[in-house]
Formats: sequence, structure tokens, C-alpha cells
Amino acid sequence: MSQVLILAEFSADGVAKTVAELATAGARVGSVTALVLAAPGKGGALAGLITSGPIAEVVVIESDAFEKYSVAAASDAVAQVITARAADAFLVASSAYGKEVAARVAVQIESGLITDAVDVGADLTATQLVFGGSTTVHSRVSHGCAVITLRPNSITPDLVAASPSITTGAFEMSASAQLAQVISRAPYVKGGRPELTEAQIIVSGGRGTDGNFAVVEAFADSLGAAVGASRAATDAGWYPHSLQVGQTGKTVSPQLYVACGISGAIQHRAGMQTSKLIVAINKDPDAPIFEIADFGVIGDLFAVLPKATEGVQARKS
Amino acid sequence: MKIAVCVKQVPDSWAQKTMINGLLDREGVDAVLNDLDEYAVEEALRIVEAHGGNGEGGAHTITLISMGPARATDAVRKGLSMGADSAIIITDDALIGSDALGTSKVLATVIADQKFDLVLCGTESTDARMSVVPAMLAQRLGWAQLTFAGSVIVTPDDSTVTITRETEAGVDTMKAQFPCVISVIEKINEPRYPSFKGIMAAKKKPMAVHSLSEIGLGKQDSWSAVVDATPRAAKAAGVKVVDDGAGGEALLNFLVEKKFA
Ligand SMILES: Cc1cc2nc3c(=O)[nH]c(=O)nc-3n(C[C@H](O)[C@H](O)[C@H](O)COP(=O)(O)OP(=O)(O)OC[C@H]3O[C@@H](n4cnc5c(N)ncnc54)[C@H](O)[C@@H]3O)c2cc1C
Ligand SMILES: Nc1ncnc2c1ncn2[C@@H]1O[C@H](COP(=O)(O)O)[C@@H](O)[C@H]1O
Repeated sequence: MSQVLILAEFSADGVAKTVAELATAGARVGSVTALVLAAPGKGGALAGLITSGPIAEVVVIESDAFEKYSVAAASDAVAQVITARAADAFLVASSAYGKEVAARVAVQIESGLITDAVDVGADLTATQLVFGGSTTVHSRVSHGCAVITLRPNSITPDLVAASPSITTGAFEMSASAQLAQVISRAPYVKGGRPELTEAQIIVSGGRGTDGNFAVVEAFADSLGAAVGASRAATDAGWYPHSLQVGQTGKTVSPQLYVACGISGAIQHRAGMQTSKLIVAINKDPDAPIFEIADFGVIGDLFAVLPKATEGVQARKS
Repeated sequence: MKIAVCVKQVPDSWAQKTMINGLLDREGVDAVLNDLDEYAVEEALRIVEAHGGNGEGGAHTITLISMGPARATDAVRKGLSMGADSAIIITDDALIGSDALGTSKVLATVIADQKFDLVLCGTESTDARMSVVPAMLAQRLGWAQLTFAGSVIVTPDDSTVTITRETEAGVDTMKAQFPCVISVIEKINEPRYPSFKGIMAAKKKPMAVHSLSEIGLGKQDSWSAVVDATPRAAKAAGVKVVDDGAGGEALLNFLVEKKFA
């Protein structure tokens, strides 16, 4: 039976949603082992959090190197586990961290790499959406272990109860992985709203908000949505950089994306164009965002959003 | 300091892109210097300018390195006109269709040959959008990896670099000794426009063009292959309403119809 290794990640809230997603994709291919990289003494508790997804086994490796040397240490550990187990595939969530771990692993184990897959088939064919979502590409790794990064929120996770066996592993860190050291860390503090990359609905504000995100947030909250922003809004300091959507921000693909006061520049579209449904509210009838919107309101967001918010709330009560 | 900047020629972001036989059709579109690499060139210039400068009279050098088709020279010229000193271009028909693994192998081979202190990259090429080449370079060279930098502080006296790594996870401060591979995010600076003087000077700057065999490599096999590529059906034109006072309600009705409210 094929062996698939996935990298399990955790946040302050517990196990990342991507773990079950990666496991679901992996289980189509073969037996899934989740790798947990933890600080000394912390591995058992983290492994215990993995309670759903088709996961047969959890391998825990504890080392303070994962905090201290981040990507470089993680990639050494992953590469060694893949080699020891002759894994056929390694799946990791697409993020700066996940892609860089995948990159270093692919070099170390001399294997092909596919990034930003939105789906993975039973024969390890990966589906990608390229050129701003205008083209669907199927590709396959043709050499070595298939190293694939999977975009969060792309596949529906199988949340079957998991009771994996837990084993402890070890790894040997290369000298070159210890060359760059993490001096301090300031993780983003998660607000009360859903994570951008995990949200079903995202409401984003741009320069058109003129710095007043309250109407955008109120509308988002009525729908239980995450809030995003264009670069114009993050550059102006109106909204945190971590919530920027686009080429140099996050790539999102929610069920519904609502762009408020956003013109739809190519770099913004690159991060949201594959959303299932797109709604735009913009004063300018010629704004490029309307070219990709399923539903558009030509108007002032400060007039349109509060009315829609009221309507959504009224339906709930 | 001896600094290299990896720059890629890419199709213009605005261009309509198509695929032919599983490869991006690069002939049919305008090619430009990858936006994000301009930030890397700018940061390299700022690093040397803070310590006496490059070019005539300066102690430091900035070399652009690019792998790509022969016309990659156009994009490289832009980097030279911004102020880099020289360029190395690797071009070879055998490189058509290279993946990131092959690209990083070629770039690492050129870099390893030259004893650079720092190599700067963009975080992403706007065509491949993989964000993996800088990490692959660090791995291949066995150098420190300082990537996704939102700020870079170089201290030549003790040969150290400190960056803030800014990603979706948060902000980490990282430190390493030369030699390092650094990639920069677009928030780091505002790239300068080439001056007229810079453009004229760039025409005379050395640009070495090498084939694969000249750098001691053979054909690089790609380890992933496109099975098929299909343009997605163009989306049917959406509904647009003009807000005459009922826009909010129209939006609500759409949300209800689609079961979001
Ligand atoms: C290398 C690079 C990377 C980039 N990366 C990103 C990225 O990741 N994400 C990103 O978003 N951008 C990115 N950009 C920037 C991008 O090119 C645009 O500048 C940016 O997206 C514009 O933001 P905006 O739509 O909010 O502002 P604008 O383009 O100024 O549009 C504002 C819109 O609001 C409308 N408006 C104004 N007032 C109202 C009102 N009261 N009601 C309704 N509508 C109103 C206007 O009609 C206009 O269409 C990048 C650029 C570069 C060069
Ligand atoms: N063919 C290339 N030639 C030179 N530099 C490159 C090339 N491909 C990628 N790079 C560098 O690696 C960075 C990340 O690219 P990528 O991993 O393709 O998204 C780019 O911003 C460049 O600095």
C-alpha cells in the first residue's frame, strides 16, 4: 500500500483545519501518517489533538530546533522521515512555511514538487488553477516522492474519527540548517473572526472604504464572514497587512467573496479570482472587478452595506 | 560586499496568458522584469549605499543573475539601469520547460562559482508563483536562509544579517552570518525608477551570457510534468444593478437566493 506523509500544523486554537484536508487527499492515495514536529515535552499533547481525519499513524519528533531554526530544521526532519519510510507522497499546506519546507525537502530527496494544488487524485495527479484561475492544469510528479503543497480550504475534509497509533521519531539536523536562527517570534494574534484562508465567506474592503472599515466589518459579522483588505487599504494602515488578499497577500478561495470599494487590480484578483461566487460593490461602473463579479451593485458602499447588513440580521431574528 | 540578485524575466502581469503543450506561451506576450525582483534589486542597492556604495569608487558590487530565454537581456537591462554593476545570463534551449528544481540548480551553480556574500531574490515570480526558488538555493548552497524579509539589516563589520520574516503566520526576527540567501517581500521598499543617466550607463555594463555547458551542467530534467491544461470556461457575465436606493435589498436578495443569508 502506498505511504503518504502529511505535515500536521497547530495554532493556539489547536490542530489546523488543513490537517484533515491533507489527510483526506492522502487517504485517496494510501495510508496516511501525520508528522508532528514539536518542542521538547510538547509532542504528546499535540498528537493527542489529532482526533479527526483518515489518519492511520502519528509520528512525533521533539526538538527545540523547530522553534530555533524553523523551516530548515523542519525540512531536514521531513526529508529523513520520507526516506526512512520510503513514502510515495508528502503533502503539506500551502503557506510561506509549507512551501519552503516542501522546497527544501524536494531538493534533499531529489523529488519533483508541485505547489498550490487545489486537489489531488488517487494517482497523485494534482490539479492547479493558474493564470489568476483562468486555466486548470493537471500535473504529476515524475521523479521520486511526490511533494505537493495543497491550498487550504480547497477540498472538503473527511472528518471521520481518528485514533491513530503514535510513535516517536528522531532526526539528525544538518549543519547548514543551523545557520539562520530565529531570535524572536511575534505570531499574529487571531481575532474573533474566521481565518481568511479557512473562511466560507470573505468580505473585503479597499480604498473605497476611506479608512472606515466599520461598515465592512458589520456586514461580515452579520454573515459570520472573515474580513480581508486590498493592498491600498493595508498600505494606508487601515487594516493589518496579514489580512491583505492578493498576489503578495493571501490567496483565498471561499464560497463567497464580497469586494467593497475595491477596483479589482490584477494583483488583487490573483488572490481571490477562484472564489466560487464573487460580489462587488463599487461606485464606478467601469471598475474591472465587475468583469469577474457574479453580482455587482454600482453604488456607494456606505449606503448599500448597512442596508444589506440590516436585512441579513432581520432574517436571523 | 559581493552581492548577487536573482532576477527573472516574466510575461507582463496584465497579459493574457495561454499554454501550448503544457508550457506557458512566452513568445506571445510582452516580457518584463518580475515586479518582485525590482524590490530585491532596490534592497541590494540600499544595502551597498549604506556602506559606501557600488560602481566606480564603491567597494561593493551587485551582480544580476538570470536564467531564461535570450531576450531575458531586456529585463536584466532594467536592473542594470537601476544601478546594478553587471549581469550573468544563462540561456540554453535545453532549459525550456525547466521546473524550480532545475532553475535552482542552475542558479546555485553560477552562485557557488563566485563567492558572493549575499544573494537576494524576490519572494515570488509572477508567472510561476511558487515562492520556492530562494529556499531551494539556500538548501543547495548550504547557506543561511533568510526569506520573506520585510526588513533587512546588514552589518558588514561582523558579517551578519538580521531580517524580519513576515508571513501569514506572523513576524519572526532571524539572524545569520554571511553567506545568506535573502528573499524580500514587496513591503520592504519602493523601487527607484531608472534615471536617464542610469539607462545610458546600463548599455555599457558587462553582461555575460552562458550556455549550460559553459557552466558545467547538462540538460536538467524536469521532475514534474503537466498532463493537461484547459482554459476554464469564461464566467457568464454577472448581474449588475445600479443602486437607486434599493441596492442593499438587491444584494440581500442575491445572498438569500444563494443561501448565504
Ligand atoms: C508587486 C505588487 C504587488 C501587489 N500585491 C497586491 C496584493 O496582494 N493585493 C492587492 O489588493 N493589491 C496588490 N497590489 C496593488 C494593486 O495593484 C492595486 O493598487 C490595489 O489592489 C488597489 O487597491 P483598491 O482596489 O482598494 O484601490 P483602488 O484601485 O484605488 O480602488 C478603489 C475603488 O473603490 C471605489 N470606491 C471609492 N469610494 C467608494 C464608495 N464610497 N463606495 C463604493 N466604491 C467606492 C472606486 O471606484 C475604486 O474602484 C500590488 C501591486 C504591486 C505592484
Ligand atoms: N529563472 C530565474 N532566473 C533568476 N532568478 C529566478 C528565476 N526563477 C526564480 N528566480 C528567483 O526566485 C524568486 C522566486 O521565484 P519562484 O520560486 O519561481 O516564485 C524570484 O523572485 C527570483 O528572485
